[in-house]
This record gives sequence, C-alpha cells and structure tokens, in this order.
Amino acid sequence: MKEHIRGQAYVVGDSIDTDQIIPAIHLVYSMTVPEERQFYGRYALSGLPEASQGLPHGSTPFTPGDAFKSPYSFIIAGGNFGCGSSREHAPFALQEAGAEVVIAESYARIFYRNAVDGGFVIPFETRVRLIDEIKTGDVLSLTTGTGILKNETSGTEYLLEPLGDIAEILKCGNVFEYARQAGMMTQR
Amino acid sequence: MAQTITEKILAQHARRESVRPGENIWIDVDILMTHDVCGPPTIDIFKREFGENAAVWNKDKLVILPDHYIFTEDPHAMRNIEILRKFAREQDLPHYFDVGTSRYKGVCHIALAEEGFNRPGDVLFGTDSHTCTSGAFGLFSTGVGNTDAALIMGTGKIWVKVPETMRFVFEGDLPPYLMAKDLILSVIGDIGFEGGTYKALEFDGKAVFDLSMEERMTLTNMAIEAGGKNGIIAPDEKTFDYVKARTDHGFVPVYGDPGARYYHERVYDVSKMEPVVAKPHRPDNLANVSEVEGTKLDRAYIGSCTGGKIEDFMAAAAVLEGQEVRVDTFVVPASTEVTQALRTRTMNGKTIWQVFLDAGCKMGHASCGACLGGPVDTFGRTHGTEVVISTTNRNFPGRMGSKQSAVYLASPLTVAASAIHGVITDPREVLV
Repeated sequence: MKEHIRGQAYVVGDSIDTDQIIPAIHLVYSMTVPEERQFYGRYALSGLPEASQGLPHGSTPFTPGDAFKSPYSFIIAGGNFGCGSSREHAPFALQEAGAEVVIAESYARIFYRNAVDGGFVIPFETRVRLIDEIKTGDVLSLTTGTGILKNETSGTEYLLEPLGDIAEILKCGNVFEYARQAGMMTQR
Repeated sequence: MAQTITEKILAQHARRESVRPGENIWIDVDILMTHDVCGPPTIDIFKREFGENAAVWNKDKLVILPDHYIFTEDPHAMRNIEILRKFAREQDLPHYFDVGTSRYKGVCHIALAEEGFNRPGDVLFGTDSHTCTSGAFGLFSTGVGNTDAALIMGTGKIWVKVPETMRFVFEGDLPPYLMAKDLILSVIGDIGFEGGTYKALEFDGKAVFDLSMEERMTLTNMAIEAGGKNGIIAPDEKTFDYVKARTDHGFVPVYGDPGARYYHERVYDVSKMEPVVAKPHRPDNLANVSEVEGTKLDRAYIGSCTGGKIEDFMAAAAVLEGQEVRVDTFVVPASTEVTQALRTRTMNGKTIWQVFLDAGCKMGHASCGACLGGPVDTFGRTHGTEVVISTTNRNFPGRMGSKQSAVYLASPLTVAASAIHGVITDPREVLV
C-alpha cells in the first residue's frame, strides 16, 4: 500500500451499482490479455447516466473519449458504493483506468471484499458527506497510514475512518499473501 | 452460547464450538460454483497463484455452470466458454455442465438446486451475488469475486466476517394473489437496499414454511438486494424431500438455538400484505401495485434465477391462459429442466409452453437472458427507452441493457396481469 497518493477527484452520488461501474456488456473481455484488459479502463464508470458523470456538474466521463486511462486517481462517493453484482471486474476496472482510492460513506460488502482481496483500489470510509464538499477535478492528497485527506483546491483537511481489519490484507498486497502468512496456503 | 443457524454453520466449518458476529474466521468450503463470466478470470488467478499445472483442491466440490452469455454470437463470450471447457478437461471435472450438450442446465442458482448441490448444513460459495439463493435449503451461501474464488479453488478455504442475523417472520396464510416476490420486495423496501449490509437475513414463520422450495428460493435470492451477506431458511421435511430426490450425498441439518440473538426482528402478517413493485431504478423503491396501476408499459419479461422457475411460469400461465398480451412479452426459463416442465405440464389440455405461445409471448432458451443486459444480441435486451415490468431481481440504470430504459420489478402474477393490459395491473383484477 502506497504511503502517499495525490491526484484529481471524480465525484459520484449514492448507490452506484456495479452495472454503472462496469456495464455487463463489457464483461466478456479477458482480465489478463493486455489488448483486452485495457477496455476495462475505457469503460470504467461508463454506466453512469450523463447527469451523474462527475458531480456536481455531470457530463464529465471518467475516462474521456477513446482513452484507456482516466485522469482521476480518487473516486469520491456517497453510500452503498458498489452494490449489485459480485463482479470483481468492478474494482478491477477502476484500477485499470488508473484510480487508486475510493472514498465512500459506505460500501456494498462484495465490492469492498473484492477491492481489498484483489488489491485493486483502497476503499476508505468517511463519516463526512464528501460528495457535497469535493468537486470533480479538485486535487487531493492522502496519507494512507493516518487517513488524513487534504483537498488542495479548497484547502480543507479531513480525517477518514481507520481501515481496521482490512489494513493487514492491503499491506500484504492481496488475499493470497495474507493467506500464506496465516498458514492457509503454502509459501512460494 | 445460543447461536443462530448461520453462526452454527460457520462455527462448524471453522471447526469451533461457537463464533461471534464480527469475528474474522477461516472456514472450509463444501461447494464452489462458478460460471462463464467469472470462471475464466478465476481460472487465470488460480493458475497465477497456484501454478499452471496445479490441481483444484477437490474436483468433486467444484461446480461449473455456464449460463450468462450463452445464446449470443459475441466472439469473446464464446471464447470464455471454450476456456471453461478446456479447464474442465484439464482438471477432469465431474461437475461441468457444458453448453451445446444434454448436460447444459442454465441459470447456476437453479441448477445447483436441481442437481442436488444445495445441501442443508453446508457452506457454498459462488462467483455470483445471487449465490445467496442456495440458503433456502438451510445452508450458508454467498457470492464472492474471482480472487476469493481462486483462493477457494486452490485451498478449499476462505476468510469471512461472521455476520449478525436479521430475522424476518412471516405469519398467516398467503393469499392467492401474492407470491414470495411480493414478500421479499416488501422487506427490501422496508429496510432499504443497504439495510441488511453484511447481515444474515433469516426467514422464518408459518408462511415461509408453507412455501414450496422454489418460492423459498425467491426469498433468499434477493437477500443481496438488501445488501445481505446471506439469506437462510431452516430446513424442514420439504427441504429433505427435495434434496433426497436429487442426490445420494449425505448432509447434517443445522438449526438455530432457542434464545439466539438477533440484531433485528420484524414480523409480517402475510394475509394483510399487498402486491407490490420496485419502481425504477432501485430494488428498494417500493410501491403497492395500486399506487402505480395504469403505468404504460412497452415490455414484460418473465425469467431469471428469481422469477424463471417452474412455479413462476405456472402462476403466469394461469393468468395468460386464453388471453393475449398487449406488449412484447419475453419468456426465459431459468433452466433446461424448467423448459422441459413447460413442454410437458398442461393446463386445460395445452402445454404451458403452448399457453405462452398462444398468448403471443416470445419464448427464449434457458439462461440468464436479458436479466443483466448482456451482449447486444441477447434475447429480450433493452436498447432504447423501454418501460419494462419484469420478474427479475435488479432494476439499476442499464441493468437490462439500455441506460434509458426503466424497469419495474414484480411477481410473475403481476407481470402476467400487466402484460395482458399493457399497463401495470393488480393481479386481483384478473384472478378469478
């Protein structure tokens, strides 16, 4: 897990489900073959209705045009982010687009597990409704160890919730290394 | 310490006397299920972590059921089925149900029941959020991603946080115009679609045990739509009869202890409940059918793991028999066994299949179909601004294909009644 992460924010609303994160039609691509996996970056968050694409103004795609990478490192969301299907393609697509962190008020649990166990994005929780305070394009910097988030554009600082139990898995990189350390899987 | 059924099953599989909600534990897995969308990436991760030639932990416990993108020309989707086929060959898997053969089954959650893989007291994981369906048989079942599935594939183990249990008690006699779908949509509307986040949703009470196994599966299927970790119903004689008719495999039923602690309890009198819908675009956007009656429709859809079982079609056929649909109505059996039943069971001297055809329905092949949109050529997929009433389980924007379409979720009775009027219709208006 990186100690410091700095980049632009992409703000979305409440209950963004996995079909909005990566529409089911795109799930046919291989997640390993490089020419195919890059499409997950292109179509990440492409299921958002236009008015919800990058709050507060909308109409700002997460990944612009024909690009494969997004300019945004942080996704700022309301409650129940990642509800719906168990598709691991969802946190994977966010990572493939270049996102490193999601900060939401709450998560649907399968998305949360997938983000952590696969080591795709770090899912921080916030008690403050950041989607009302942070705008798409704001520059943010985060210290992962302390959970201190700074909005460099507005100058405001926030303290995110502690990562808790999942910090151990995030430090391992993914669940396999965690399982090896727990003695559930033989060492390489 | 008194424990709920979910806690007891998890404790047994952690080889412990008891567990407490909130604890992280490692458990042994009895069955792992995967399909054509999440199977190929799971296999890739399994090989990356355990080696190109590694064997799965136990080939009798791995079930692979292609069901999502089957009747399509999409080349990537076809390639994914080929990956499953090759893996099943390499690993000599006894429980691979290949497309294009007589072994093909259709929707995984229904096939797991039909093939006897849902066994009371077990722990079952699957790479699909609706894996919670299996809990209707008194087992712990939940959905996971590819990474967790790959870990199970290699070790037979996984970590879980023990969930707190919410208990929903349904008392009274179910009126003929209500189905399990009305009950679960009401629960989701009442607690909200994150009201059950990471909780076990246990269904109890006379009205639940009066339900058939298929209807019980409709209840547990949608536990995830309230954010639940699992849905569960204690096993009874109906459970045992269903399971024993389909497998010789043994099982040890587990029951909750008297005095077990519930995080939340809610009691419903089903005789006083109403036919309901979930309005666009959230499964908890609850309304009585009477509140949305007359809403103009473009399409009706009957199918999926939650609304494409034999009894779902029997209920719909009772409404459609001798009638004509006024909107495009798509019928997609969940499994090949369901298709077979529709072609053999009769109503007033006609097969159920013929009842649907005569009513003007479009008949599809057993699969997930348009429940989740899928490739552009998927049967029943939306492509524009269609207003749809559907027996499926999700209505998020774009779920059935087009971001501009709007989906109402309802019981097969309500969907059939609405199909013949072209507007949302209370089933009481057509049931005699």
